[in-house]
Amino acid sequence: MMLSKGVVQRGAFWLLRLTCYAVVAATAFILFDITAKGLPHLSWGFITQAPRDRMSHGGIFPAIVGTIYLVLLTVGLAFPLGIAAAIYLAEYARNTRLTRTIRLAIANLAGVPSVVFGLFGLGIFVLFLNFGTSLLASAFTLALMILPVMITACEEALRTVPQSFREGALALGATKWHAIRTSVLPYALPGMLTGSILSVSRVAGETAPVLLTGAALSAAVPGSVFDQVMVLPYHLFILSTNMYPAKVYLPIAYATALVLLIVVLGLNLAAVAVRYIVRRRHSF
Amino acid sequence: MTATADEASPRAHSVGAQSTGRYLKERLIRLGFVAAGVSSIVIVGLIFLFLLKDGLPFLADYSVWSFLGGLSWAPVSSVPKFGLVPILSGTLAVTAIAIVLAMPVSVGAALYLSEVAHPREREIVKPFIEVLAGIPSVVMGFFGYVVLGQAVKAVFHAEVEHNALTGGLVLALMAIPTIVTVSEDAMRSVPRQFREASLALGASRWETAWRVVLPASASGVTAATMLGLGRAVGETMAMLMCTGNAPAIPTSLLQPVRTMTATIASEMGEVAYGSPHYHALFMVGVILFLVTLLINSAARKVIGRFQFKGQ
Amino acid sequence: MAQAIETPGRPDAPGFPFLAGLAGRDPDPEAKDAIKIRVIDLHFFYGRNHALKGITLDIPEHKVTALIGPSGCGKSTFIRCLNRMNDVIEGSRMTGKILLDGEDIALPAADVVNLRRKVGMVFQKANPFPKSIFENVAYGLRVNGIRGKARLAEMIERSLRRAALWDEVKDDLRKPGTSLSGGQQQRLCIARALAVEPEVVLMDEPSSALDPIATAKIEDLIHSLKELYTIVIVTHNMQQAARVSDFTGFFYLGELVEEGPTQKLFTKPVRKQTEDYITGRFG
Repeated sequence: MMLSKGVVQRGAFWLLRLTCYAVVAATAFILFDITAKGLPHLSWGFITQAPRDRMSHGGIFPAIVGTIYLVLLTVGLAFPLGIAAAIYLAEYARNTRLTRTIRLAIANLAGVPSVVFGLFGLGIFVLFLNFGTSLLASAFTLALMILPVMITACEEALRTVPQSFREGALALGATKWHAIRTSVLPYALPGMLTGSILSVSRVAGETAPVLLTGAALSAAVPGSVFDQVMVLPYHLFILSTNMYPAKVYLPIAYATALVLLIVVLGLNLAAVAVRYIVRRRHSF
Repeated sequence: MTATADEASPRAHSVGAQSTGRYLKERLIRLGFVAAGVSSIVIVGLIFLFLLKDGLPFLADYSVWSFLGGLSWAPVSSVPKFGLVPILSGTLAVTAIAIVLAMPVSVGAALYLSEVAHPREREIVKPFIEVLAGIPSVVMGFFGYVVLGQAVKAVFHAEVEHNALTGGLVLALMAIPTIVTVSEDAMRSVPRQFREASLALGASRWETAWRVVLPASASGVTAATMLGLGRAVGETMAMLMCTGNAPAIPTSLLQPVRTMTATIASEMGEVAYGSPHYHALFMVGVILFLVTLLINSAARKVIGRFQFKGQ
Repeated sequence: MAQAIETPGRPDAPGFPFLAGLAGRDPDPEAKDAIKIRVIDLHFFYGRNHALKGITLDIPEHKVTALIGPSGCGKSTFIRCLNRMNDVIEGSRMTGKILLDGEDIALPAADVVNLRRKVGMVFQKANPFPKSIFENVAYGLRVNGIRGKARLAEMIERSLRRAALWDEVKDDLRKPGTSLSGGQQQRLCIARALAVEPEVVLMDEPSSALDPIATAKIEDLIHSLKELYTIVIVTHNMQQAARVSDFTGFFYLGELVEEGPTQKLFTKPVRKQTEDYITGRFG
C-alpha cells in the first residue's frame, strides 16, 4: 500500500520538527535545572562572602573577583594584538602566500584544544619565562587562546566600514595610517566591542588552561599578578568533585553554576545587543 | 590632516616629493601591523615547539612504540607504564558516541530550520541553539555529572553513573550547535533554482528537501560534522567530570573511560617537573595538537570544495 | 482528453468588446481547437504590487502559444501561475480561475504536486541538478514512483531522444549534468521535464541565455514537441515568437493587451500598443 505524498511529507516533517525541538527542549531543560536548583541558594551574601569550611559554607567572592581580574587582564593583552593583526588583514594585506599562511595559522590556532593551550602556557609562561603559577601566566595563556576570536571579530568589524570612507580620506592627501585611524577605526570600534565581549564571555567560562597555569584552591583574592588565582569555573569544578556530603555541597555547586551561567550568557546577550544597536545606528 | 604641528600647512609639502619623515613613519607602522599578523604564525610554531621541547625528553627513557602502542596507562604504579592506547580509546569511544548521536539530530534540525520552519520559528529556535553553544564546558560537565549520570544509570542499568555513554551524551550536546549551524548554512545556500526545478517536476517539498537539498549540501554537512568532531576531541572539563576517569580500554559503553584531554588536566597537578610522567603528558599534548590540526585541515578542505561547487 | 469545443471566438479583450470579435474571429479552421487551459480573470499580487490585472486567455491544445512584451510586465509571473510555481513566493496572492481540462487549479485545495507533473516547466537559466545526466532525467520518474533500472533507462532514453540530446550524451550518462554546454544543459532540462509525461510544457525564456546555434536547436525542438504536448513559451525575442508560435499574447504592464494567431498579431495588430511594441517603438 502506497502512502500518499501528502501523508509521507507530513510524517517526515514531523520527524524533523521533533529533532529540532528536542535540541530546544534539552537546552531549556539544562537552563531550567540549574536555575531551579541554584536560585534558592543564591543570595547577596553568597556573592560577597568568601567560602568557609572547605567550601561547604559561605560564598564565592574570591572566585568572582579572580574571574574579573583574569578577564580584564586577558582582554587587555589580547585586544591590542588582535586589533593590530585585524588591521593588517583588513587594510594592508594582499592575497600573497604570507597572508594565506597567516589566515591558516589563525584558523589552526582556533582549533587547538584548550588543555593544549594550558600545556603551552605551562611550558612557556610558568616555567620558561618564570612567571610561576600565577594570574599573569593564565592571562597570557588565555590571551593567546582567544586571539583568533578577537582577530576574526575585529577584521569583520573593519570590513563593514565602506570603502568610500577610506578613499575619501586618502583622496584628501592623508597617509594610509592616518586614514585608517580617523576614517575607519572609529566606525569599526563598536563592532570590535562585540568581539571583545564575546571573548570575555569565553574567558570567563574556561577552566583547563587556568588549571594548568594559575589556579589554586586558595581562598584569597590575588594581590598581585604573580599570585595564584581562583576563578568561577574552577571553583565549580572543585565543588563538584568534592561532593561529600552531597546534601551540603550540591546546592552550593548549583548556585555557583547558576552564577557562572548568568555571567557567560549575560555577556553573550550583551554582545548581541551591542551588535544590534550598532547595526541600527550605523546603517551605512 | 597632517599629524604634526610643523607640517600644519598642506602647502609645506611639494606634490610629488615624499617627505622622508612621513614616509619612514608609515613604513614602520606598516611593519608593525605585518608583525602583528605574523605573530599568529609565530604563536602556532611556538606552541608546537614547546610541546615538543617538554615532550620529546620522554623518548629518552621510553620507546615510541611503548607510547603509541602501549596498552596500559599506569603512571604511578611501581613500574610506570605510559601507553597511549587506553586513553586514546577513551577519546575515541566518547567521540564516536557523541558524533553518532549528534549527527542525525543535528542534520534533522538543520533540515527543519532550512526547509520547513517559518521565519518566525527560526527566530525563536536559533537563540536556543546559540545558548546551548555558549554554556561553558564546566557547567555542561556539572550537568552531566549530576543529572545525566543518574539518568544513564537508571535507564541502562549501568554499574557506575559516569562512563563512556554519559560522557558521549554530554559531548553530543556540546557538538550539536556547531553541526546544526554550519549544516543549516550549507542547506540554505543551495540555490533556489534547484528547489524550483524539483517542485516543477511534481516533487513534494519533503522530496525536494531529501533528494535535492540534502545531497547538494552534503559537503557542507560533512564539514560541519568534522568541525563538531574537532570540538569533541578537544573537550576537557566535561570529560573530566563525566567519564569516570578510568584509563582502561572499554569493552562496553557503560564502562568508565578516560580521554586524553582529561588525562592531562587531572594528572598535571600531581606531577614532578622533569619526570617521565611530566614529559609523557606533554607527549599526549603533542598527539592532541596533531589530531585536531588534521581534523580541522580536513574540514577546511571540504569547505573549500563546497564553496567552489556552489558557484 | 479532448474538451468540448468552445464557441468560436475568444473571450472579450478587456475594455474593447467590439474588437474582441475581430481579434478572435478567424477564418483559420485551427481556431476551432480544443482549449487545454482556460484562464479567467486572473489577478496576481506580490504583497501590495498588483502584478497581473484581470488576465483572460485560452491556451489551445497541441499548439505553441507565445507570450511577448517588455521586461517586467507580467509574462513570467503569468506563466508561473499555470503550474502554481508562484506559491513558493512569500506574500503572493492570486484570484480568478485557471481551468486545466475544465478543472480549476487555482483553488487552494487543488493538488499542486500532481498539477506540476501534468504541467511541466523549463526555466530561463538551465538548472540541472548537481547529479549525473541519468539521475537528472530519472529524478522526476523516481519521484513519481517509477522503479527498476531497465524501465528507467528506457524512459530516459526516450526523453533524451525527444529533447534531441540522446546522440550527444548516450556514450556516458554518468557524467554530471553540469559538465554539458549551456545549450545542452537546457535540452537536458527539457528532457527532464518531458520524462514525467506532462500534458503542457511551460517555457520561461528558454533560450535567452544561449547562443544562436543552441537557440535554433531549441526552436526546432519546440516545433517537434507540439505534436505531443501543449507549449506555452515566454520570450522577449519577437522574431522567435513569430518563428515558433501559433498563437501569441502581448502583455504590457500586467495586462493582456492583445492576443490572437501569431501571423495576425504581427501583421495586422489591432491595438496601437501592440503595434508600437512590434515595430520597436518601445520595449
